[in-house]
Amino acid sequence: MSDVLIASQAPGGTDLSVPPGASGARQFWRRLRAQRAALVAAGVVALLVLVALAAPLLTAIEGQDPTTYHPDLIDSARGGVPIGSFGGISGEHWLGVEPQTGRDLFARLVYGARVSLGVALAATVVQIVIGVVVGVAAALGTRWVDQLLSRFTDIIVAMPLMIMSLALLAIVPSSFPRPVLVAGVIGLIAWGNIAKIVRAQTLTLKGLDYVSAARLSGWGTWRIARRELLPGLAAPVITYAAILIPQNITVEAALSFLGVGMKPPTPSWGQMLTAADVWYQAAPQYLLLPAGALFVTVLALTVLGDGVRTALDPRAASRLRVGTGRRREAKVASVTAAASVTTATSAVSATSVASVTGASGASGESGESGGAAQGGAS
Amino acid sequence: MSGFMGNGSTGNGFAGFVLRRAVGVLVTLLAISVIIYVVFYVTPGNVAQITCGPRCSPAQVQQVADQLRLDDPLYVRYWHFLEGLVAGQDYSTGTAVQHCPAPCLGLSYQSDQQVTELILTKLPVSLSLVFGSMVMWLILGVGTGVLSAWRRGRLSERVLTGVTLVGVATPVFVIGLVLMIVVCGELELLPFPQYVNLTDDPEQWAWNLLLPWLSLALIEAAAFARLTRSSMLETLAEDHIRTFRAYGVGERSVIGRHALRGAFAPVIALNANNVGSAVGGAVLTETLFGLPGIGRELVHAVDVVDLPVVVGMVLVVGFFVVIANALADVLYAVADRRVVLA
Repeated sequence: MSDVLIASQAPGGTDLSVPPGASGARQFWRRLRAQRAALVAAGVVALLVLVALAAPLLTAIEGQDPTTYHPDLIDSARGGVPIGSFGGISGEHWLGVEPQTGRDLFARLVYGARVSLGVALAATVVQIVIGVVVGVAAALGTRWVDQLLSRFTDIIVAMPLMIMSLALLAIVPSSFPRPVLVAGVIGLIAWGNIAKIVRAQTLTLKGLDYVSAARLSGWGTWRIARRELLPGLAAPVITYAAILIPQNITVEAALSFLGVGMKPPTPSWGQMLTAADVWYQAAPQYLLLPAGALFVTVLALTVLGDGVRTALDPRAASRLRVGTGRRREAKVASVTAAASVTTATSAVSATSVASVTGASGASGESGESGGAAQGGAS
Repeated sequence: MSGFMGNGSTGNGFAGFVLRRAVGVLVTLLAISVIIYVVFYVTPGNVAQITCGPRCSPAQVQQVADQLRLDDPLYVRYWHFLEGLVAGQDYSTGTAVQHCPAPCLGLSYQSDQQVTELILTKLPVSLSLVFGSMVMWLILGVGTGVLSAWRRGRLSERVLTGVTLVGVATPVFVIGLVLMIVVCGELELLPFPQYVNLTDDPEQWAWNLLLPWLSLALIEAAAFARLTRSSMLETLAEDHIRTFRAYGVGERSVIGRHALRGAFAPVIALNANNVGSAVGGAVLTETLFGLPGIGRELVHAVDVVDLPVVVGMVLVVGFFVVIANALADVLYAVADRRVVLA
């Protein structure tokens, strides 16, 4: 959805080019901390990750597990409605039990967090790895390599993610481990935009003096890519990853909702929702819990993603008056940056991350305008 | 646009640009078909076994494989597929020979129905859903964006921003589920949606599609609201807007005519880009509301591993997405002639 925002941002050029090196990282934290909404979101995300990691512990405390059936807790005469009020909430089953099967809802919910976050994160890693490799290769390769990779990327971008993953998941035998498969499929289809961004950013970086200096001093392409270019790619990649994670969570939930993602008995929020609409009167929490969990997770990650983008984009940060009041510092930084760029060109061995960070960070802070559609930043 | 074309030198460039895009569309579609065909037919699973069912004897499985030409090399089968697409094809389905006219996407493994025919019967439903919803999300999204750019810094803007954020964060099937339960189940304002053909009864068609449209539109509108707002704010900060204001142009005109113009191109781009995600949303919406469209049929075909149907539908959807993107490029070029030169 928001692909285009970032995609249109990248050709605009340098506005995302703050590599979080030593001082970049500190600046990043400072700007992120200045946004209250992003901080709250970060807290929620941290809590969710904690719950996902501690799922076995939490269910052990409750004394339940996500897959055991409890036929004694459901009223089969009434079509499988949980016995007891509020869908069978009790001291033993904190959030009640699932209609028809009697499986513990709390356990399924927290294990669902594991599946949801784990799959989304794994898919994002796959997307980033493919996107960075393809993008950097296109930017550094010969004209033919670039043409080939760029056209291929265009085709990948044109493939609708939901439809393709739906179709791909159909043909792989069900014996294949499902979480790995879902993450892999999402990752293999939706790396196009990140490759485009990385290519554009690499082309920009390639023209900068410190990279030319490295090349002139006889560094190989591989070494330049690893030592000089990758640090400069961190900011756009992190920004885009922050958008991809909530998107991947939604896709996984949607696929599971359609019955082709996670398969039972693996608990997944999307899958829980599939059956829930029939039971909303007898056991409303069966519907509300996974829906709410999904909503809170995606919302928190989206807000955090917005915050990360603002923190990494100096222009957005100054527009939102986030982390301002450091003009003098910026001026000093730009002076040192200019100095360090000069150093970089003369003494190549000194071209470290720090000097680069200073250079582009400062040029961003001094607030140049221009650049095409810098859409949807705020 | 006439003035644009009237400009001789760039007019030629524009025609060339459109032509290049058209060739690009063809190449992209061909490449997509190759990728999809290869990926789907080099399946790890045994298609003949799956199609025949688990209780088939090896002889029966072999018969199915022969019938589906599964033993031919892949490029031969792809060539047949292309041939069918361009010129049509004859299929023997056991007893009779069935002619499948161009563009032939093959026969369903499950029902022997022609995939093209199957898609054509389902297409009106999906098009009704997506296009109706598109009208809604453009109006809702751009309207909200304009409003929140106009009321910047006031309470109403903060409320709108919050609402759009909720829209961005909610999966379409969750909104649809909640809407259906509240509107149809609890309040009984509308009956549970059942698809009615537009040609049969336009009024019933619209009433029944209202909730599906709304579910899909609410999600998509949020992205448009954010984009419209930010591009308008960006335009409003530019010098020429200050000049307009200095000349005494009214605020309504500044917002409604000049600032909105700045949002035009990004909104077109996002709309084209969103066709893909909207189709994904349509699959979910159709499944949720039980609308007999392409999406629901695709989910069914995936369930029973009916590969010709899956491949055909993915291709058709890909076709729409690629066309939408190309159209957006052309529109973009009309709106901003610098693109042509690039």
